[in-house]
Amino acid sequence: MTEFFQTGLGMAVLMAIQSLLIVGFVMISLLFLVYGDRKIWAAVQMRRGPNVVGPWGLLQSVADALKYVVKEIIVPAGADRAVFFLAPMVSFVLAILAWAVIPFNDGWVLANINVAILFVFAMSSLEVYGVIMGGWASNSKYPFLGSLRSAAQMISYEVSLGLIIIGIILSTGSMSFSAIVEAQRGNYGLLNWYWLPHLPMVVLFFVSALAETNRPPFDLPEAESELVAGFMVEYSSTPYLLFMAGEYIAVFLMCALMSLLFFGGWLSPIPGLPDGVLWMVGKMALFFFLFAMVKAIVPRYRYDQLMRIGWKVFLPMSLGWVVLVAFLAKFGVLGTFWARWAIGG
Amino acid sequence: MTVADLAFYAFAIVTVAAALMVTLSRNPVHSVLWLILTFLSSAGLFVLLGAEFVAMLLIIVYVGAVAVLFLFVVMMLDIDFAELKGEMAKYMPLGLLVGVVIIMQLALGVGAWVQADGAMGLRGAVAPDPLQVENTRALGLLIYDKYLMLFQLSGLILLVAMIGAIVLTLRHRRDIKRQNVLHQMWRDPKKAMELVDVKPGQGL
Repeated sequence: MTEFFQTGLGMAVLMAIQSLLIVGFVMISLLFLVYGDRKIWAAVQMRRGPNVVGPWGLLQSVADALKYVVKEIIVPAGADRAVFFLAPMVSFVLAILAWAVIPFNDGWVLANINVAILFVFAMSSLEVYGVIMGGWASNSKYPFLGSLRSAAQMISYEVSLGLIIIGIILSTGSMSFSAIVEAQRGNYGLLNWYWLPHLPMVVLFFVSALAETNRPPFDLPEAESELVAGFMVEYSSTPYLLFMAGEYIAVFLMCALMSLLFFGGWLSPIPGLPDGVLWMVGKMALFFFLFAMVKAIVPRYRYDQLMRIGWKVFLPMSLGWVVLVAFLAKFGVLGTFWARWAIGG
Repeated sequence: MTVADLAFYAFAIVTVAAALMVTLSRNPVHSVLWLILTFLSSAGLFVLLGAEFVAMLLIIVYVGAVAVLFLFVVMMLDIDFAELKGEMAKYMPLGLLVGVVIIMQLALGVGAWVQADGAMGLRGAVAPDPLQVENTRALGLLIYDKYLMLFQLSGLILLVAMIGAIVLTLRHRRDIKRQNVLHQMWRDPKKAMELVDVKPGQGL
């Protein structure tokens, strides 16, 4: 059996099985993330949320997904059909694609490439195409305005996300996720993680991730009071489902990135307890809870304020932080506090 | 044929076909989308060459930023396609002439190309051994160590171009109302709002 997996065909089969495992994990967690999102939101507003389908309403998302699939697909007259259907596929596939390099445990990764973090960044920078294409191909005014807004927003916040990631890379001396997580291993558990040396950037990363994934309070592309539903106005049925699923998967990816980059991935927070995949999943769930709470608590931003914060506050701060970390790491301030490449990155 | 060969032919064919479609497609937005496909598949070719860092940069910079700008500009264009086609016929002979001249020049140039002695050796001497150093580090060593001055100078040229573009397009209009963001943020809610107890039938 092991010889079979050494051959070309066997490798292909193995890769296919691993990919299916990851996609399966992401899709199943997607169902419960949407449910959890709605439940948390409802709890904040003292409602019950979904509670009819299945025990405690757990199967609500399954029912919703089925409903979307069996609905009629409406294509607006004058729409560019090819691009119109390409757009949701692009945003869904790219969101899934980034998971190929996300490790869940030591060695539990589909492709352990040494530019993994750049790969994730590239995929999330491509996600803007789903939005632009969808808005343009609908051949309608509201979607087009929404897509322009959304594209400008996603591009702006990508810049500061990239700079924050550069700080982490400088500290680690590598762009592979396993090296970044290993560099956070130490005798003091959660005090060794990157959130402490990169403390201001954790907040910036979280806010930029909210803006990058178009989550509230930055959900201006679909600000329903001004733009109806933004770039998704003309979409119905499965194409709409794909857009929404892509959005949630991107949010979940940002949760995974937060836990890998700043909160030690699969490392245990308390020294002595075993590391493992449960820590990773738990951290991702915790950050998703934060995302959901922000959605429930914070009111929506005005568009000009959003752009101002992105370019005039976040960009200079993250740029300055990169320069600062470069100096702190180079001269070994506080020993290996910032310069983790010395201890094994 | 190994998997790498298969991948190479797939990427190569897609690159060439998409590049053809950039020029052949009627709709300029479709052209830009084909161009993006060209970028993506050439990034795949870079990965096959073992230059994964360059591949990722190609995707992030060209596809993630430059092509988005292209797409914005092209979407905003208001083009009458019928008129454009009529114009096309007028300029066709000139375009063909330019094309033929370029092909002839390329043929002459490539035909007369002789590799200098030791050219491969010189090229190899600059780059670190790719098997020992991963290519992010290798590129970093070349750019920030060996050719630091040239790198800084090219950065300076870009900076000048950027400042020039800003100076050319910046115009300060005095006749519009501006927001003072700090002023807005420091507003005191106590002064902004007043609670009045209105007696029935009296009004304010």
